[in-house]
Amino acid sequence: MNESLLSQMPELVNLAWMGVLCWIGLGFAALFLQKSRGLLSLVFPLGTLVALAMAGLGLAGLLLPASAVVLPIGLPDLPMHLRLDALSGFFLLLLGGAAFGVTLYAWGYFKDLAAGPLALILLWYHLFLAGMSLVLLADDAYAFMVAWEVMALSSYFLVTTDHDQPAIRSAGFLYLLIAHVGAVALLLCYGVLQGGEVANAGAYTFAYMRHAEMTPFWASAAFLLALFGFGAKAGLVPMHVWLPEAHPAAPSPVSALMSGVMLKTAIYGLLRVTFDLLNVQLAWWGTLALTLGLVTALYGVIFAAVQSDMKRLLAWSSIENIGVLLAGFGLTLIFYTDGKGALAALTLTAMLYHALNHAFFKGLLFTGAGSVLHATGERNMDRLGGLMAAMPWTAWLTLMGALAIAGLPPLNGFVSEWLLLQAFLLTPGLSHSYLNMVIPVAAAAVALAAALAAYVMVKFFGVTFLGAARSPAVSHAHEAGWRERLGMLWLAAGCVLLGLFPVQVIDALAPVVRLLTGQTLVNGGNWLMLAPVDAERASYGPLVFFAVVLVTLLLVFLWVRKAYHGRVRRSDPWDCGYPEQDARMQDSAEGFGQPIRLIFSSFMRVERDTPDPFDRQPKYRGDSRDKLWVLLYQPIADLAAWLSEQAGRLQHGRIQWYLIYSFATLIFLLVFVTR
Amino acid sequence: MTLSLTYHLQVVNFLAAMLLLIAFAMLSQRRIVGLVTLFAWQGAALSLSTAIVAWSTDQHHLYYSAALTLILKVIAMPWYFYRLVKKLDVDRDVEPMINIPTTMLIGIALVIFAFNLALPISEMSGTVTRSTLGIAMASVLLAFLMMITRSKAIPQVIGFLAMENGLFFAATSATYGMPLVVELGVALDVLVGVFVLGIFFFQIRETFDSLDLKHMEKLKEK
Repeated sequence: MNESLLSQMPELVNLAWMGVLCWIGLGFAALFLQKSRGLLSLVFPLGTLVALAMAGLGLAGLLLPASAVVLPIGLPDLPMHLRLDALSGFFLLLLGGAAFGVTLYAWGYFKDLAAGPLALILLWYHLFLAGMSLVLLADDAYAFMVAWEVMALSSYFLVTTDHDQPAIRSAGFLYLLIAHVGAVALLLCYGVLQGGEVANAGAYTFAYMRHAEMTPFWASAAFLLALFGFGAKAGLVPMHVWLPEAHPAAPSPVSALMSGVMLKTAIYGLLRVTFDLLNVQLAWWGTLALTLGLVTALYGVIFAAVQSDMKRLLAWSSIENIGVLLAGFGLTLIFYTDGKGALAALTLTAMLYHALNHAFFKGLLFTGAGSVLHATGERNMDRLGGLMAAMPWTAWLTLMGALAIAGLPPLNGFVSEWLLLQAFLLTPGLSHSYLNMVIPVAAAAVALAAALAAYVMVKFFGVTFLGAARSPAVSHAHEAGWRERLGMLWLAAGCVLLGLFPVQVIDALAPVVRLLTGQTLVNGGNWLMLAPVDAERASYGPLVFFAVVLVTLLLVFLWVRKAYHGRVRRSDPWDCGYPEQDARMQDSAEGFGQPIRLIFSSFMRVERDTPDPFDRQPKYRGDSRDKLWVLLYQPIADLAAWLSEQAGRLQHGRIQWYLIYSFATLIFLLVFVTR
Repeated sequence: MTLSLTYHLQVVNFLAAMLLLIAFAMLSQRRIVGLVTLFAWQGAALSLSTAIVAWSTDQHHLYYSAALTLILKVIAMPWYFYRLVKKLDVDRDVEPMINIPTTMLIGIALVIFAFNLALPISEMSGTVTRSTLGIAMASVLLAFLMMITRSKAIPQVIGFLAMENGLFFAATSATYGMPLVVELGVALDVLVGVFVLGIFFFQIRETFDSLDLKHMEKLKEK
């Protein structure tokens, strides 16, 4: 594309906000089209087109120079500033790519809904997408916070779609509460970033903040507030409690979007504030983020291993992935502040890559879980099983997602985790001797989290899809519709392509990495071979690997067919007692998680009702609860309840007492004024 | 001119004293009808003093205020209250929460407090009537005290209106009144407030068979 053609094109950012307007328009159109079912069913397909356009714009924004615009909407004297640069472009690509698949899926998933509820879902769903993309485009604190709140509120309404159930209402409340505590921290963070300049109306723009001078103290304050605020949205321990509650409550496409995309907007915000808006970065921020990230990753994966509810398991797994992303972010900061630009570029590339991967495979897993839930009405894995036969498409596509998230080559999860581990193994170059010794331990923690994630996925896939059916609900299961399959197929294709062409993906990521760290990752290999540091040290050729895997599989298949099935087989009539085998003898989700629960029992509060041996109808109930809930949240809740009770004593119900309160206040103020 | 001004000032001061006296009388009045009459008299004193201030200082908008006070607080509202009392049949002796001598003693303490309070403020003010600011504030506080010590609904509303009288007087004495728009707004608010409260009286009596506000304690959340 030559220069003259470029200048004739409308500014990308204008196209981007028009896309946002399209989504908003679709949402509101749905609200007014409730009468016509035919038109209403057109909204989701149109939404997918917008998503595809957004992904394209994101890619263009990633590769082309930044463009900015000032919209004449907003409060008086507070116009909205929008800007599309490489960082926004990358996350917009992530959003559009994942939203395209999930919206296709949602089109089929919600097709049997009555017009009224469907219109509401369409409204919030598209507002949610619009809010998230505006968060990415915002170039001033005001537009950012408005978009952030639109995103939080619309997702709250999506989470509470089935608000007639009290458990879902309370999950929604918890989500809303933590989202708002986080939003307050963000507001304060922007207040610090603009240096408390009330008089200067332009101080709220990001352009101003980029050049504001900051002392290390205030920069640290801004960073900590941003870490807290964005951490609350991302599910950083200990602000993670809303995730395992909200994800099972939300309809599955919404969970897929929340986990795949919304959590990434928090990562985006953290990158934007730390590397773009702040002028100084301190090394200890990186250490803090790394520690918190590792704790979150391990905490998340341990709890994922003991869950029996599919969607709760996936929610905990999202917490784990956010932890890995944050650890990558922390390591990037450590390298960056140490002056190791090339290593910072490597770590940041790995982290961004993982964010993109997570959007695809977690979207795929949540949609797969949604299909199972839709077909059987069961979220509890202990009542599922053997679904591979009834739902082959869903099962195979979910298997792709599970393999990808477990970090198996040649899928995408392997590439990003491998890159991240490469970065961790290069820390001996750091100038802090203390960090040099500690970070290999961190690398071990990341490896442990990755291994446990694979364990979790074996459990998720094995218990749900393999074996025999554990309840009658499963026998009525039906395959997902073609639209759902198409959506999942898109996401699975993303997982495969991102895994097979890492060199090209890394090239595309280069502008973001250059924007944030000033350097890019130089590939030491060729178009086929990825060698992040040095071809001698480590390299990975996914296509070669894939070919080897395929050939091996083929050979084994042929050999087994020929050598094993070819001969006559005889078996015993009594079969060693196996004819008595039934579905209850299989390993259950609870049983599969048992070793992890025993090893890490000090992290959780286990509640178990073991039945009496002579009970004719034995019932077993086991529940592993988050200990932080009791240690941290319960005291806070109790304190709030106690304080409100104390304040409640003021309420006598006697009007005279209320008048005396006013009177005393009046007298006090009058005395105060005349002092 | 100076002579006539001092002469007018004497009248205004006298009316201010009447205002305070009526405020004390309201504190000690047990019957609701008596309270309404006192309220009408207070309004009359207020209206007259406003008119005199208007005349002596050539502040024309104060004439409107005086007329508004006369119509609303001397004629319309007392008439409405008389009707209400008759309709609701509540004109009995009301036992205040604190006995009357004690209330009067608290009232005296409040007056002393108000005068002390007004001293530095009135020195800053440039009006001829600034010496009456203490009285105005005292009548506000006394009206508030009346609201606290009465347990029936109508005396409380009258206390509220008396407080408004005091505020109005304070505004006239400190700055020759508020802008006319504000005063019109306040007058309209008071009017609407009284009508709404009148409706509430019926509702309260229907619910609790009485206008005694102590029954409303039941509404408290357990």
